[in-house]
Amino acid sequence: MTIRTEPMTVNVGPQHPSTHGVFRVRITFDGEDIVEVEPVLGYLHRGSEKLAEERNYVQVVTLTDRLDYTSSMINNQAYCLAVEQLLGIEPPPRGKYLRTLTAELQRIASHLIAVGFFVQELGAFGTPLMYTFRSRERILDLFEMLCGARITVSYSRPGGVFADAPPDFWPALDQFLSDFEGELEELENLLLSNEILMVRTRGVSPLPPDVAINCSVSGPVLRASGINWDWRKVAPYDAYDQVAFDIPLGENGDNYDRFWVRMQEVRQSLRIVRQCVAQIEPGPVRLELPMVLRAAPGAEAYGRVEASKGELGFFLVSDGGVSPYRCKIRSPSLINLTITEHLLLGWKLADMIVSLGSVDINMGEVDR
Amino acid sequence: MTLNVVSGETLAQRLREVVPNSVVEWNDAAVWVEPNSLGSVASALHDDDEIDFKYLNAISAIDFVEHFELVYHLTSIAKRQTGVVRSRVYGREEPAAASVVGVWKGADFQEREIWDLMGVRFTGHPNMKRIMLWEGFDGHPLRKDFL
Repeated sequence: MTIRTEPMTVNVGPQHPSTHGVFRVRITFDGEDIVEVEPVLGYLHRGSEKLAEERNYVQVVTLTDRLDYTSSMINNQAYCLAVEQLLGIEPPPRGKYLRTLTAELQRIASHLIAVGFFVQELGAFGTPLMYTFRSRERILDLFEMLCGARITVSYSRPGGVFADAPPDFWPALDQFLSDFEGELEELENLLLSNEILMVRTRGVSPLPPDVAINCSVSGPVLRASGINWDWRKVAPYDAYDQVAFDIPLGENGDNYDRFWVRMQEVRQSLRIVRQCVAQIEPGPVRLELPMVLRAAPGAEAYGRVEASKGELGFFLVSDGGVSPYRCKIRSPSLINLTITEHLLLGWKLADMIVSLGSVDINMGEVDR
Repeated sequence: MTLNVVSGETLAQRLREVVPNSVVEWNDAAVWVEPNSLGSVASALHDDDEIDFKYLNAISAIDFVEHFELVYHLTSIAKRQTGVVRSRVYGREEPAAASVVGVWKGADFQEREIWDLMGVRFTGHPNMKRIMLWEGFDGHPLRKDFL
């Protein structure tokens, strides 16, 4: 005898521990199988693009902290690069190195969050997350030494960075780098060949390369599908042309590959940080610029960086005034969400949370 | 690994062959096309072997008061080149442009966002409704006359 079944629609979020903020997705289940997916956004919409039109070029930096609040350093950097492109200026070498160094520390911190939550969503409640947060906390302490803030750093400014690193920053960074080596190894031993993790994530929700490109996916998600595309290599900015690093690539684009690529990128970021420490030389960190900047009327600039979640772009248009006429933010998280439907359809309830976690979205950036 | 920029002139030449009457003007940085031909322009650039714009970086909309401007930043990952396509949309009551979702799925949320915040409607989009704000919200906040 067959049992009569009917599809059931469930709202996952906006208040849900595993949606990484206030993301909501309406899912229709047939038993445990997902048959329909509809992402619903906008719960954290603060109108950053409109707010930017009311502030001067330097003040907008503080708005960018609040986009992807797990990688504020990189957001600052992306915005400042766009402004510098608009004004046709270039920061001094030490400023460039400090930006590169902080951006890579921030990438480590962001990937640690991504990996920690990813494992937590697989059911390893608490412990691995605290392992990753232990290391991330150290990075935030370093940021506090640089600029007095841990999350909303506003460290990069148009023309360089806010201030040079204090003298005790460098020994603290050295201490962190040597401690983190062991902590990362511990994490890798714990996770990379963990049998439960592999069984739950290998082959689940694969993303073929052509779909990834068509959906404008970027960052570790794109590279997990085997596409060698990283703006740090393709169009190097700041000091990225001075440092050597590899781009880890996945093969199948499944949940495991997305997780694996992030773990490998942490290693590469560590490499870059070490090279920055070795290469950085004394000098000014910021250009002497007026407090209120003005760009030529009609000037436009599209500044982009490889943020921890993908391509972060700022498209600035000037009308000659003191604030941007238009400040469009190309946020990787929003566009990476395009693949939600592709990742979830046909998979089961238990994989849904993990697949969402493997994309590593941040709602501050999705809704802006 | 260098990144080439495809000039607006090259894009214009190619488009005039494949999509007649689509090109409005061009300069070094970009080519301007008719808003209602954006769909066919998109598939022409996507399918062209030389240009090969398989990847859409971003769609931006700017309110210049006398018209809206759509800016498409495009990339070819295989050929390592980028290019910019722009389009002017006139009218403040019912501005509309052709959707490119059929060519680049990545345009889905971005076109919805432009409709939501800038009020430019995309014809041919399968799900043209607000994305950040709620249905029933009055006005389009990123327009210069909103606030």
